Amino acid sequence: MKKNRAKILAYPYMVWMIIFIVIPLFLVLFYSLTKGNIHDPSSLSFSLESYARVFDRNYLTSIVKSFKLAFISTLLCFFLGYPVALIIATIKAKYKNILLMFFLVPIWMNFLLRTYAWMSILSPNGFLNRLLSFLGLPALSIMPGQTAVLLGMIYNFLPFMVLPIYTVLSKIDKSVLEAASDLGANKIGTFFKVILPLSVPGIVSGITMVFMPAVSTFVISRLLGGGKESLIGNLIEEQFSLYRDWHFGSALSIILMIVILISMAVMSRFESDNDNGGAPIW
Amino acid sequence: MSKKIIELNNVTKRYNGVTAVNNINLYIRENEFITLLGPSGCGKTTTLRMIGGFEEPDEGDIFFDGVRINDVPPYKRNINTVFQRYALFTHLNVYENIAFGLKIKKIPRDEIDKRIKHMLKLVDLEGFEGRHVDSLSGGQQQRVAIARALVCEPKVLLLDEPLGALDLKLRKEMQIELMNMQKNVGITFIYVTHDQEEALTMSDTVVVMNNGVIQQVGTPVDIYNEPKNRFVADFIGESNIIEGIMHEDYLVEFSGQKFKCLDKGFNQNEPVDVVIRPEDIELTAPEKGLIQGVVTSVVFKGVHYEMMVEGGGFEYMIQSTDMQPVGANVGLMFEPEDIHVMKRGS
Repeated sequence: MKKNRAKILAYPYMVWMIIFIVIPLFLVLFYSLTKGNIHDPSSLSFSLESYARVFDRNYLTSIVKSFKLAFISTLLCFFLGYPVALIIATIKAKYKNILLMFFLVPIWMNFLLRTYAWMSILSPNGFLNRLLSFLGLPALSIMPGQTAVLLGMIYNFLPFMVLPIYTVLSKIDKSVLEAASDLGANKIGTFFKVILPLSVPGIVSGITMVFMPAVSTFVISRLLGGGKESLIGNLIEEQFSLYRDWHFGSALSIILMIVILISMAVMSRFESDNDNGGAPIW
Repeated sequence: MSKKIIELNNVTKRYNGVTAVNNINLYIRENEFITLLGPSGCGKTTTLRMIGGFEEPDEGDIFFDGVRINDVPPYKRNINTVFQRYALFTHLNVYENIAFGLKIKKIPRDEIDKRIKHMLKLVDLEGFEGRHVDSLSGGQQQRVAIARALVCEPKVLLLDEPLGALDLKLRKEMQIELMNMQKNVGITFIYVTHDQEEALTMSDTVVVMNNGVIQQVGTPVDIYNEPKNRFVADFIGESNIIEGIMHEDYLVEFSGQKFKCLDKGFNQNEPVDVVIRPEDIELTAPEKGLIQGVVTSVVFKGVHYEMMVEGGGFEYMIQSTDMQPVGANVGLMFEPEDIHVMKRGS
């Protein structure tokens, strides 16, 4: 009885999911496999043309570049984020919340606003170059360019690396660390033999949560890349907004989705090897 | 007597101004099974953690084999600990958990293999090498924790309420197993518990603590039969603690009567506390008893009945297989050796 009643509570969500996730997904798949005028259903016919176009050299370059930038920013987020998560997890309670705030407050602000802020810092006549010239140093030209896109990605996605790792680290039983020390491990040994392996689930969540938005972003690359750094996100967006080619845009989306699914499957293998005490956020 | 391996001299530990351990002096001999016993918050775990190196004393010194070890970190001490909730490494299997300390000590692989095989046999977990520690029962996890600590061959093993999470039957079994293990491996066990029965069953020496102060150190028999003060008498087993006056050596007055006893060395007419264990009082016909009273309650406890008898201005607890109904007039009978006199308020 109780079980059935609980099921009823899930219905609104299921309806929501079917209308806004499942049906659109099938529509995307449908458009990617057809050609013709989307406003005239009778003109649509089955075609793999859109998929063939993905392998055009220009598009492949963009796709590879997207993955390269997403990979680098994820890696940097990890090496920047892990120590921060470790510090927040081990610091005294009264400083902990202040430090956490530093990472949470930016998320509360609008994503576009944050990226525009980076524009005004990095642009040729921006804050950074004015500061440099004030100090008598040569100006830097990082925006527009890949470095600026990377900085934007790292800035925007770093909290998503820090939080899941922090969650897992703060859940590690202190007595386990004492046990490691008791058995002869010094601080470095305890970190590599106990803390790091126990935090793998958090690392996996963090990597997933940074990599996926980074690989599909188009706002950061548009604003900070100055239109020159076209990523797969930009390609997809252009197909729908500029070229009105829903078929090719859908095919690109499906390809991106498949690649993300594959990388998630690889990651979840890591996770299931260590499925204890983790905080799967994804 | 074997030599002292650990010595605590005037050790004090405070947390945010609250004294957890107050100026204690204690020594522990080699191969001894010693138990720190007391209610929660009495300082027993803090004392153990200072010996293990997880806390540093604020005052006083701790010596290990004659060397001061106050600020030696745990990983440099030849001491291992079995933690309260085991603290097993959940990312490692049983074998890897036990091998943890040996791998750090860079012991050769085949030697590790040999020692772990031996350990698993000792804790009766052969064939569990590849098991995930989360898949083990509480008792099995317990034994992995013991094996992980013992395999390092420490001179001293610290055990912090290791049986607290187990059910009664398993706890009794593990008590016997731990005692046998201690005899077999021949190392010093320092055991912390709040369970007085566990302490009396297992230990060579019991240290009773309260409010950060050692109340009494002695063999289980001493502690039970000759409690030094009201706290020890009350904490260890059930007791009738009656206020009395020591008139002279071997003569004490309580419940309005004078009784012969075996205690001496008090001042004349000194106020004292008198202890009579409930199982030492015999119920007789009213006229044959030393004290007359009326049964006010009866509770069946399995092995015996527990009866409350009001008489002589005190409510006596009596444990006997011989049941008397509520309201019955009875006499209380005890021998001089059943009376134990303690200093008041010490």
